[in-house]
Amino acid sequence: MSVPLHFQSIAELSEHLAARRISSVELTQAVIARTKAVESRVHAFNSFDEPDALAQAVASDSRRAGGQSCGALDGIPIGLKDVIAVSGQPLTASSKMLANFVSPYNATVTESLQSAGAVLHGRLNCDEFAMGSSTENSAFGPAHNPWDLTRTPGGSSGGSAAALAAGAAIATLGSDTGGSIRQPAALCGLVGLKPTYGLISRFGLIAYASSLDQIGPFARTVEDAAIVLGAIAGHDPRDSTSFKTEIPDYRAELKRRRGPWKLGIPKEYFGAGLDPEVGAAVEKAIAFYRAHGCEIREVSLPHTHYCLDAYYVIATAEASSNLARYDGIRYGHRSKEAKDVLDVYQKSRAEGFGDEVKRRIILGTYVLSSGYYDAYYLRAQKVRTLIRRDFLNAYREVDALITPTSPLPAFKLGEKSADPLAMYLCDIYTIGVNLAGLPALSLPCGFTAGGLPIGLQLIGQPFREADLLATAHAYEQAHDWHTKFPSL
Amino acid sequence: MNYEAVIGLEVHVQIKTHSKVFTRVGAGYGHEPNTLTDPVVLALPGTLPVMNKAALDAIIKAGLLLGCEIAPVCKWDRKQYFYPDSPKNYQISQYDQPICIGGSVEIELPGAARNIMGEHKKIPLTRIHLEEDVGKLNHGASDSLVDYNRAGTPLMEIVSDPAMHTAEEAYAYLTSIRHTMIYGGISDCDMEKGQLRCDANISIRPVGETKLGTKVELKNLNSISFVRDGIAHEIKRQLAVVAAGGKLIQETRDYDGQTGTSQSLRSKEMAHDYRYFPDPDLMPVQVDAAWKEKLRAECPELPFDKQRRFLRDYQVPYTITSVLIPERGLSDFFEASAQLAGPGRAQAVGNWIANDFLRELSAAKLPLGASKITPASLAELVGLVEVGTLLNAAAKEVFVAMFATGEAPAAVVARLGLAAVPSDAGELETWCRESIAANPKALVEFKAGKDGAINAFKGPVMKAGKGKANPKLVDETLRRLLAGA
Repeated sequence: MSVPLHFQSIAELSEHLAARRISSVELTQAVIARTKAVESRVHAFNSFDEPDALAQAVASDSRRAGGQSCGALDGIPIGLKDVIAVSGQPLTASSKMLANFVSPYNATVTESLQSAGAVLHGRLNCDEFAMGSSTENSAFGPAHNPWDLTRTPGGSSGGSAAALAAGAAIATLGSDTGGSIRQPAALCGLVGLKPTYGLISRFGLIAYASSLDQIGPFARTVEDAAIVLGAIAGHDPRDSTSFKTEIPDYRAELKRRRGPWKLGIPKEYFGAGLDPEVGAAVEKAIAFYRAHGCEIREVSLPHTHYCLDAYYVIATAEASSNLARYDGIRYGHRSKEAKDVLDVYQKSRAEGFGDEVKRRIILGTYVLSSGYYDAYYLRAQKVRTLIRRDFLNAYREVDALITPTSPLPAFKLGEKSADPLAMYLCDIYTIGVNLAGLPALSLPCGFTAGGLPIGLQLIGQPFREADLLATAHAYEQAHDWHTKFPSL
Repeated sequence: MNYEAVIGLEVHVQIKTHSKVFTRVGAGYGHEPNTLTDPVVLALPGTLPVMNKAALDAIIKAGLLLGCEIAPVCKWDRKQYFYPDSPKNYQISQYDQPICIGGSVEIELPGAARNIMGEHKKIPLTRIHLEEDVGKLNHGASDSLVDYNRAGTPLMEIVSDPAMHTAEEAYAYLTSIRHTMIYGGISDCDMEKGQLRCDANISIRPVGETKLGTKVELKNLNSISFVRDGIAHEIKRQLAVVAAGGKLIQETRDYDGQTGTSQSLRSKEMAHDYRYFPDPDLMPVQVDAAWKEKLRAECPELPFDKQRRFLRDYQVPYTITSVLIPERGLSDFFEASAQLAGPGRAQAVGNWIANDFLRELSAAKLPLGASKITPASLAELVGLVEVGTLLNAAAKEVFVAMFATGEAPAAVVARLGLAAVPSDAGELETWCRESIAANPKALVEFKAGKDGAINAFKGPVMKAGKGKANPKLVDETLRRLLAGA
């Protein structure tokens, strides 16, 4: 074992566990030791509960000893973004508003991972209420990119990416509303999957923008992403927007679906603002697929230009409503200065929310206001329909789309935090996917000269994650980016 | 100038379901505060609503009962405002695509007298939509406490057109909705428990004008008589403002039923902007024909239709029907009993129910369902009276015993020896013949046209029967015999 346990894949570690070469307790201890070693520099965690993680590991080992192992995830430490409810654990959304909130219930994905035997380890840092692209909006301080600690791991699921890249977890879950899984995956050299809207239950996921939010895995390899996806996908009666669909064995399908695929290159995704090194790496990936026998075709998504506008109307409108419940009445931060009920609302929310969250609540409240609804929200929904139609039209010609994930590699912490619009542009290649409800993943496709990871985005068809993963797997099998780890 | 009032009502009816409208936790009244809650009700971070199908069934049924069109597709919207009784600070409701559209409520206005049926009218409805109830604030001296037991209870809002003109009409409208909802098993409509609540939109305009005047929304009309009194008070207030040369302003007023006064809560300028938008957590609902027809088959006959049928088919007086009809169980009891009793006896059945039965139930504080008297036993009792076995006074005694023990009337009669004597019509005839034969003087007088002479024959018969002979039957028998004598 030349690679330390904390950097190995689920596929490798589950074999070690099955062969009793290691125990879950040993693995969990190794991951916790690594967490402690790097956390002060990376700040990927809002909290972690060592005794709780070890107790889960002990339970996993005794299941295995009794011949009752649950499968590939049994005994594997997995971290959850701090917007996913775990009963008895803090649930803060990286907000002062929920700094002292402990969830009394489990998210559906939490229960799914628990019944798959995973060891849930840690509450992972993120932008406050998942709003942001750098984790700098966390009320508890930003996470740092393990490849360069002066840079951002991306966001909003920056902690999920940073923890995994740093070896402080074996896989993690994030949530993706406009790119919040794929962009940090790209910036940290990981596989990050945003599944089709409706594939994974949102019950227990703190809502940012309900019609866009989707939980998904961060993993070291495409195979690992397939394993985690298989554990959390499927219809949930507690989420009316979750879809009834057959869940294939994603891991087994990786080997069955071999292509060649028809791949589309949306011309609107390669324009101004794309970093040349990122562009070059993506071009090389396209060349690989061509060499692999895939037909590469330029396609057009003509409404791409409107994605950012439509997104910031729809997402903020929903957010303004979803975040109304944080009022200091039943739970969460309540201002000590409050004298009456209006005070409780105004002061608690003024003190409890950070600037970006307030900005989005104000914007969302505005676009839903009487007299403005038609001009903003309704129009944005119409644009959204056009954007989805663009993608579905493209899929009449091609199986999947290839784009860069992020126009830039990891930027410096503080570089964009004073300029919200510059920050919003980080999501230009990822946002359309959420508006269209499609699955997409980011996978490593190289490094900049400065040693920063570069991500490739593959966008798939609704509920065809198996094809999307197989397409990514074909690339990954022929490259070794995923075998590189940051020196930390 | 003559003015008329224009009234539209927004009536909230709590739907009687086992669980709340968007989660599994139970719904109910009178439980320990905050025991009917769960993460969804309390709007904990990450929770999501899931539609309760029983609530949808109930509102579709309500729509069918009131003749609404059931929308083939309806959706859910968030109505946004901050208040501590609203856990999410938005209420899931229906804005522009309600589930029930149109329809009407038949009302009956007070008649010229208590025993005369009043005028009937149909008040058109705008819509009925489904939403969730909020919690309750309990204000203390220095703080306020919130009880979320009620939050998330399914609630439907029945919105009338501005089509009523008097407080009496509003009162009748609310009464009719109440009876209809109780009939449909949709709600118990207990206003004290907040299961039926009403806001009124009231304006006045010169008679002949078709445009609506400036409307005032009157809130907190939390009993049916407060609805009538509050509206009457508001109409008077508006007329007085106009008569004094003043101008009405669009506002929301709070009616205090105790003092019979109202005060302004907020003006139009302070009205909420609810920022409605479609709830992204809930899918639109499609109601297909099969679903609708299944529910239509479960719909009961409407109260007024039943009343018309009772008047026509059973020939019971209006006053009796107005006692029977409001309570579906009571009217069903009547109908079952009247059918068992047979032709010509329905009115007696109705009288028994309206008088003795209701009195006994109320004295014993029993619901109808717990009564030991059955439609069959009441029919039997009526039969015994009709054939002369029982005198009215004795029958009342039998009824009380039946109510207490559940015995069949014949058994009570036998046990208490209450049967009219003789119970055999042949024996009574013999007594009568003997009495006539024993008093030829009276016979002559009677034959000569002195009707009062018949009483002379009755004395010995009653004596023979030890006072338990049926006077009516004695009279009939004597007259028959005398006519042939």
